[in-house]
Amino acid sequence: MPTYVHMTRCDGCGQCVDICPSDIMHIDTDIRRAYNIEPDMCWECYSCVKACPHNAISVRGYADFAPLGSSVRVRRDEEKGVIAWRIIFRNGKKDWDLIAPITTKPWGEGIPDLNTVEGPGDSMRDSQLLYNEPKYVRFDEGGLHTLESNNLVMKEGVYY
Amino acid sequence: MAYDTIIEDDIDVLVVGAGLGGTGAAFEARYWGKDKKIIIAEKANIDRSGAVAQGLYAINCYMGTRFGENNPEDHVRYARNDLMGMVREDLLFDMARHVDSAVHQFEEWGLPIMRDEKKGTYQREGKWQIMIHGESYKPIVAEAAKKSADQVFNRICVTHLLMDDNQENRVGGAVGFNVRTGNYHVFKSKTVIVGAGGASNIYKPRSVGEGAGRVWYAPWSSGSAYGLMIEAGAEMTQMENKIVLARFKDGYGPVGAYFLHLKTYTQNGNGEEYESKWFPGLRDIVGKYIDHEPIPTCLRNHAFISEVNAGRGPIHMVTMEAFQDPHLEEIGWHNFLGMTVGQAVLWAATDVDPKYENPELTTSEPYVMGSHATGCGAWCSGPEDVSPDEYFWGYNRMTTVQGLFGAGDAVGGTPHAFSSGSFTEGRLAAKAAVQYINDGKGEGISVSDTQIEKRREQIYQPMETYKVYRNHITAGTVNPYYINPRQGLDRLQKLMDEYCGGAGVSYMTNDKLLNIGIKKLGLLAEDWDGGIAAKDIHELLRAWELKHRILTSESVLEHTLFREETRWPGYYYRGDKMQLDDENWHVLTVSRRNPETGEYSLRKAPIYHIIGDEEKKQKKSAPKKKAPAAKKPASKKTVAKKPAAKKAATKAKT
Ligand SMILES: Cc1cc2nc3c(=O)[nH]c(=O)nc-3n(C[C@H](O)[C@H](O)[C@H](O)COP(=O)(O)OP(=O)(O)OC[C@H]3O[C@@H](n4cnc5c(N)ncnc54)[C@H](O)[C@@H]3O)c2cc1C
Ligand code: SF4
Ligand code: SF4
Repeated sequence: MPTYVHMTRCDGCGQCVDICPSDIMHIDTDIRRAYNIEPDMCWECYSCVKACPHNAISVRGYADFAPLGSSVRVRRDEEKGVIAWRIIFRNGKKDWDLIAPITTKPWGEGIPDLNTVEGPGDSMRDSQLLYNEPKYVRFDEGGLHTLESNNLVMKEGVYY
Repeated sequence: MAYDTIIEDDIDVLVVGAGLGGTGAAFEARYWGKDKKIIIAEKANIDRSGAVAQGLYAINCYMGTRFGENNPEDHVRYARNDLMGMVREDLLFDMARHVDSAVHQFEEWGLPIMRDEKKGTYQREGKWQIMIHGESYKPIVAEAAKKSADQVFNRICVTHLLMDDNQENRVGGAVGFNVRTGNYHVFKSKTVIVGAGGASNIYKPRSVGEGAGRVWYAPWSSGSAYGLMIEAGAEMTQMENKIVLARFKDGYGPVGAYFLHLKTYTQNGNGEEYESKWFPGLRDIVGKYIDHEPIPTCLRNHAFISEVNAGRGPIHMVTMEAFQDPHLEEIGWHNFLGMTVGQAVLWAATDVDPKYENPELTTSEPYVMGSHATGCGAWCSGPEDVSPDEYFWGYNRMTTVQGLFGAGDAVGGTPHAFSSGSFTEGRLAAKAAVQYINDGKGEGISVSDTQIEKRREQIYQPMETYKVYRNHITAGTVNPYYINPRQGLDRLQKLMDEYCGGAGVSYMTNDKLLNIGIKKLGLLAEDWDGGIAAKDIHELLRAWELKHRILTSESVLEHTLFREETRWPGYYYRGDKMQLDDENWHVLTVSRRNPETGEYSLRKAPIYHIIGDEEKKQKKSAPKKKAPAAKKPASKKTVAKKPAAKKAATKAKT
């Protein structure tokens, strides 16, 4: 099954249940630990693997086309802003670590709260502009692109 | 049943499904509607929901006008060309002129976008794509949506839209159930923005058994955007325009960065270039469209499919050259880890090291969605300053149902929006929705208790069916009175594959097959209504996902039957109409399902192309061909914009 849970590591905290986009990580009521209830609806997206505080979840490739014996593991760290992967081939010939940034700012701090941003005036509402525009939408410091500003017309038919 | 009914009243903007489109909508709505009540209802957890749950390694739609790279009309030309002319150019232009502002905000929010140090621009993967370290793309945009929304209801599977009982064809909110508690949730709202995404698992996937979750678009993409809007009576467009993707075999790892950035290329089983030899034959089907640059996605698929059918498979991606460069090799792997980990898992499991072995490619089963190289979705109004009359009815991205808006996959005719364009469409829809409310269009909505009660009954019916008939049998899943959601899904996939041009029949169909498909799907829909059973809340979720997939499929069948031509060879073929037919079919297809009777009506809508200097030049050099006469005289303005663009580009560099 795509994801599976290591018996001795899972404490039934439910983080994986909370995050799985497919709603397939569930807690078994007898053993009070998580498991994948529907492997054929698993995308191997690793959302649960990344979320588990105890590294209790691993992925074994789909049985219908992936042989046994390899591993792809991950650790995601929001505080450090990085994600680290380890890929080990079945034959052991490739075993390497890959690391990538996940954010350039302290988590969430660069995102504005629009409740506290000054609201739009009437002319802004009447225009085609969105929040924070026309910043970034043109190179010549002009306003928003329009058919007129770009010398275009809309015409019915087959024209190209 | 013991489930509670929880009513959330007086909502102004209800966002249904918060993927890239929905998060954009929730975020932007707060700016325009400080005093408005903004609520998100999402099937999963918005931190990791939708097609971007595992992240992305590229943003595929970015103009770079700030750096003098492209203008919005360039992107319109590109998307129009790729979709063989069948796009809503007003919506595309509008999306393209705003998309950069979304992308630059992502960077300010902390999304790591790679830079081209020499040019000072973003690192380009291709003309439209930029490269990112996007593992946390979704949690980052979710954070923005959470800051704006009054409340996020995670784990609500929305099943139906509510309709106003006072005024026909006006939306009044939505209902659904909580996949954890089972409770019934009612959201009464003046406007609804649907961002519930496209559809996987409509067609029989190439994977079997345990691997059936390995589909290209996420298995949780249940076509809910379409199911919800179709049932409410919204008009849909281009639903026949499903997409087939050439991807790494089995893992469905993306190829964009490989082609564009790593400069890998394909060859057949004999190590030969094969694409170009299929082009002369394609001319017989599509005429001059084969001469367009770049070659449309579907036509490249056609060459792939034809070469394999001619017995010269498999098609390989030649990676062995590029991967000798350790930097490029790392990018190749990061590309998967950032958005399709399953491909890395597969290569590790099968000892495929692309440095020493060229991996196989495949063409996928078809998908129904509207933000990739395909444009299925709702027929929506465009912006006032761009759209001709046929495309404009008051509010940007509003469907033909009053107060009902769409974003991302939900909106039809807008291919190549991708993640950034979908987010942008959400922002546009949010601004328009707030305007709609401020104009008083949402006043006096009444949603009766009868309607709410009726929906409640329908929602839990599959659990009732299970309870009533379960004890007729000893054990197991074979029951003469019901089928479970998995059995229903298998039937749907088999019939769509066989009758509506799936991978199993090399994407071939015709009018006779389509008519049988419609009939069989009707029977499945009947079985769903009276005999779908859910043993628990999780199966209830699967039952309603299946319902939305059935509604989507019905629309796909009807549209495919209506368009009597083969417009996109390589996506699907109408064997009885193997020619592209511009004379009769240079039009958009628009359908409506009558919510009372379930009957379909279809019509043709005109296509308006954006004409600029580029087209005028092209037209002069093109051989004279009969084209429908223009209704309006062409604009006389011919001032070239190009020199200005060049000047600015050099300015940006210094
Ligand atoms: C493998 C892959 C690679 C891709 N690569 C790129 C790329 O490199 N660059 C790029 O820009 N784009 C890429 N895309 C495309 C991009 O992901 C989509 O274009 C975009 O996510 C579409 O946005 P959306 O809001 O329409 O749908 P989604 O983002 O899928 O959001 C839909 C949301 O609706 C929710 N939902 C569904 N049904 C219901 C319901 N019944 N009730 C409540 N909520 C519901 C879902 O849970 C989800 O949150 C890729 C997609 C895939 C799958
Ligand atoms: S997150 Fe980890 S520890 Fe918690 S329930 Fe899931 S598998 Fe167990
Ligand atoms: S890998 Fe993704 S789909 Fe599979 S169980 Fe984990 S979170 Fe769910």
